[in-house]
Amino acid sequence: MIPAIVVFIYLAIVLYIGVFAFRKGKNSSEDYFVASRSLGQWVFLLSLFGTNMTAFAILGSSGLTYSRGIGVFGLMASASAIVIPLTIFFIGTRLWSLGKKFGHMTQVSYFRDRWGSSSLGTLIFLVTAVMLVPYIIIGVMGGGEVMESISVVTGADGKAVLVEVMRNGKAVQEHQHWIPYELGGALVALVVMSYVFFGGMRGTAWVNTFQTVLFLGMGAVAVIILSHNIGGFDVVMERIANNKTLAPLLARDRIPQAEFFSYMFIPLSAIMFPHIAIMCFTAEKVSHFKKTVIFYPLCIAAIWLPCVYLGLISADLLPGLKPGETNDVIPDLLTKYTSVWMAGILGAGIMACVMASDSQIMALTTMFTQDIFAHYGGQKRFGDKVQIWTGRIFIVVICLVAYLIAVALKKQEGIFELAIRFAFSGFAALAPVMLGAMFWKRSTALGAWLAVIWVVIAMIGVWWLHNYSEPLIKTLKPGVPYVPIFADLGELFLRGRGGVTIYGFLPVMPMVLIGAVLMVVGSLISRPPPQAIIDKYFPPKNANTGAVTP
Amino acid sequence: MKYLVTAWVVLLIALHQDFWNWPDRSLVGGLIPIGLFYHACYAVAASLTMLLLVKTMWPKHLDEDEAKEAAAAAKNKGAGK
Repeated sequence: MIPAIVVFIYLAIVLYIGVFAFRKGKNSSEDYFVASRSLGQWVFLLSLFGTNMTAFAILGSSGLTYSRGIGVFGLMASASAIVIPLTIFFIGTRLWSLGKKFGHMTQVSYFRDRWGSSSLGTLIFLVTAVMLVPYIIIGVMGGGEVMESISVVTGADGKAVLVEVMRNGKAVQEHQHWIPYELGGALVALVVMSYVFFGGMRGTAWVNTFQTVLFLGMGAVAVIILSHNIGGFDVVMERIANNKTLAPLLARDRIPQAEFFSYMFIPLSAIMFPHIAIMCFTAEKVSHFKKTVIFYPLCIAAIWLPCVYLGLISADLLPGLKPGETNDVIPDLLTKYTSVWMAGILGAGIMACVMASDSQIMALTTMFTQDIFAHYGGQKRFGDKVQIWTGRIFIVVICLVAYLIAVALKKQEGIFELAIRFAFSGFAALAPVMLGAMFWKRSTALGAWLAVIWVVIAMIGVWWLHNYSEPLIKTLKPGVPYVPIFADLGELFLRGRGGVTIYGFLPVMPMVLIGAVLMVVGSLISRPPPQAIIDKYFPPKNANTGAVTP
Repeated sequence: MKYLVTAWVVLLIALHQDFWNWPDRSLVGGLIPIGLFYHACYAVAASLTMLLLVKTMWPKHLDEDEAKEAAAAAKNKGAGK
């Protein structure tokens, strides 16, 4: 019961932060959706970083390390440590400036104005929204599961009480819980909905900051206590090194070089994630980006290094876990080797990751109200206050729908986890659109159209290939990472345990490169953009660059 | 200087592919596998590189735009009084 109490205290704190942000609000759409572009530099850094710190990334990295070894840090963390700050440095700062000058609050509004195409903006909105929704659903699902796992009913003998339940027509024995999945999911959805509803972007950014600090602080404490209780990490490392089955985890034997190389393209997704791009509009000063890009790689190392390290030692301390069970290695490790209070605080920390979906809810709401409601005349017709209330109603609807799906598809997170993995590739493949808009005067709407349509087609194609080749996994032999999907095509399409690859490279690589080619070709075969647009977005260096009314 | 920094950024991106550490299972200080230690150091190098970029390639025109806007806002505020 103690872990559940700790998590309830945590939920109460984040709710209070949302209400406090509401009191500080100014009741204007710019204030509600981008916090009046007034976030201070530390809140900006920690909330920008916090939006990336999802349960999928944190728990997933330790689970993946358990089965594939330390190379996971290179895949998920150090690649992001260089690529994401570079994109924020070169693109985020410019987005911030354009938002300030021309009143943009989303990338869609920038693309529409940059290329003078309303329909292109609507297409990008739809593609982005479809890729964001799985994050929100999985956030509610994760919330329900965490609440369930920390509220196991124990009998007088201290053992968990078992009850019989029906699963897929079969009677199975499961733990009894104080807070069932459905109630836990509802509680988490309600809390997230409330602080986003009241606090808007300011509330979301403050909660993200609190969550990041909590996770960094608690992570450090947990690692120290754990090291003491297991008798020292060096002892465990020695055991792993001397174990023939586990020793490969100390190197990258289980990660092919082509996969490792192509993973470098994944962090390009960061600047196309609406929650990160919109966050770039919220900084008070452009100078706030300086500390953000310098400290971002260190924050990544501070979060992912313990996660990967704990995933590695779990292989020795928690042997025999199956692929579906490895994502819980950190909670399992701390429950087994630390106190009940530590498990509770960790439950709050995991909840912080799970609730990172608040940024996605806020981003989707901002996009809906700005790129659909306001763009199609709603703001002019009904005014600023109605726009804010439209956003609030949208938040309630999206949370309700996410909750209903989470309940209906209980225990089927795999679908949404897969969708998120595809979404990373999809957002990364949209990066050439942003690069074209930002740095190439000659880029046109046709180039962007072709690149976006390519992303849609490629994602559907890879999804189909993934499902089609699923039965081939059973034919994989030990030491053989991939098997050809179509024998006649040789190694063009390969299937491994991690998914589909193209000549051994992740699909994201050809998706980005072909997207870039289409952006260039489409732009060159169409009429150049009007001079007025070029003058607006690429003013000569000595021209007056003062504020322009949107 | 800008060319040197750009060359260093390209080199750093290439250094992410540390193929020489691939099969190496040795432990640094008996605690951390060499491949993990290398990539932890890589993150620190990325941070220092970003510091270098901020010092040498910061888009100064954005600072100037911001200063102009602040001056214009202060002027408007003064005129409004």
